[in-house]
Amino acid sequence: MRSDDPSLKRLKPPKLTLFEQSYLPQILGGLFVTGRHIVNAAVGTGSLTMEYPEVQHQPSANYRGVHRLNKDEQGRVKCVACMLCATACPVHCIDIVGATAPESWTDREKYCQSFVIDELRCIYCGMCEEACPVDAIELTSFYDLTGLSREEMIFDKTKLLSVYDLTKTAEPMKSGIVAPESSHTNELYTTPTMGPVIERQQLV
Amino acid sequence: MLEILGLLIKISLVVGITQGAVAYLILVERKIAAFAQDRIGPNRVGPLGLLQPIVDGVKMFLKEDVTPGYVNKPIFILAPFLTIVTAMIGFAVVPFGPVGPNGPVLMDGPIQFQIAPGIDIGILYIFAVGSLAVYGIILAGYASNNKYSFLGGLRSSAQLISYEIPMGMSILGMVLLVGSLDLNAIVEWQDKHHVWGIVVQPLGFFIFLICAFAETNRLPFDLPESEQELVGGFHTEYSSMKFGMFFLGEYLHVITVSYLVVILFLGGWDVPFLTDSSQTGWLFALIKISALLGKVLLMIVFVMWIRWTLPRFRYDRLMELAWKRMIPLAIANMVVTATVLQLVRG
Repeated sequence: MRSDDPSLKRLKPPKLTLFEQSYLPQILGGLFVTGRHIVNAAVGTGSLTMEYPEVQHQPSANYRGVHRLNKDEQGRVKCVACMLCATACPVHCIDIVGATAPESWTDREKYCQSFVIDELRCIYCGMCEEACPVDAIELTSFYDLTGLSREEMIFDKTKLLSVYDLTKTAEPMKSGIVAPESSHTNELYTTPTMGPVIERQQLV
Repeated sequence: MLEILGLLIKISLVVGITQGAVAYLILVERKIAAFAQDRIGPNRVGPLGLLQPIVDGVKMFLKEDVTPGYVNKPIFILAPFLTIVTAMIGFAVVPFGPVGPNGPVLMDGPIQFQIAPGIDIGILYIFAVGSLAVYGIILAGYASNNKYSFLGGLRSSAQLISYEIPMGMSILGMVLLVGSLDLNAIVEWQDKHHVWGIVVQPLGFFIFLICAFAETNRLPFDLPESEQELVGGFHTEYSSMKFGMFFLGEYLHVITVSYLVVILFLGGWDVPFLTDSSQTGWLFALIKISALLGKVLLMIVFVMWIRWTLPRFRYDRLMELAWKRMIPLAIANMVVTATVLQLVRG
């Protein structure tokens, strides 16, 4: 298009009056806006800050935090070691060792002997949760995950199951089945050891 | 002998109080910054965060003091000291309370709330000292041997020189009206005529205010620092307490300039219908000191409020504002004032 094309629409900036050219009305308007914010935040409820350790942020229902391994009605791990989550994981942070299920477990052929997630490598995308055909792995609303070493942040099956025990009442399983209380008689489950994170959460 | 002792007490009081005030002004600044952005601001150290300045100061002292190998060492060390010294000595002529024969009597004479009372070139002295402040900045920029710092130093020298001219001319109207360069005489004139400088010299007040912002390197005139373009400007290479001294210098400057604005245009210690210069005794001295202090504090809060309202000037606009707008306006203001005065007085 040529610059003298008649179909070109030419816009002219609005002409400022002498008063407007001094920029005083705009400056006063700006002072009014910041002044309102200062007064509201200082004496009113204008402040948006959440004072964290005292006030805990409640994430939304679809927040993707630390993983948990769900248990079924009999308190067994739901995972059937199909490897779909490990395959779907874009950063390969899930490591599963499957084994043949005991004879008494009639509903499946395999179960996971070991289930390890590297929480430091994980990008919390939630693909594992979507891939799982039996709703065994889910992301919880834990967001303040800390640790003192890299090893501490590699969660094994015990830890992941203990996350489930901690969050099952607050966040029911998405498929709606809740395991009965005191169902950890199976030798596969030991006492929860989540490190300082979960202990603090229990206190809250 | 007693006089010298009194003088020393006054000096140490002024130095101590202003340094302490600077620490707390930094807290005020951080709080106002937080409020303007809908945050809470520092509130963890002590009740309401009131111990924060002490912790900040300790942090400043304990930080590692890095002197890069490529700097011009003597000048590098001299620059922050110059900044502090030039900012401090301005206080010598700033009256922080009533001055004159009617002050509260202690021992053998009235107390003068000024380190150098009765100096009749007060404003001239402050302008002279204020111009020295540029040395601290430009030497810091030069000694850092770093392009960003050097640009910051250059900018600051051009800016300060440009804004000194309209600043000096903007007060001439007030000086013509009062007929004295003595800061006390200016306050007393405003008190006697029951009219503040801002009423008789509104244009002078605006020009002086804008130049005051430019002289203190505060936003919207913080071109010498401008984090976004120059990393940190002249103080890029400074760390620990050397950086802290630039900080201190800047805030001392803000205090001096706020005192000047209040004394020249906002009536100084004058409270309408309550005070006049013939009052004696401690009560009125205290009222006058707190009135002056209150006005100065409001002025400082205004300086901080402006910081969160206006963005930084572009450099050419900065120069344009000084040379094309403010200098002609200041000259016009001076000429009109002189003409009117001549006609009125006959």
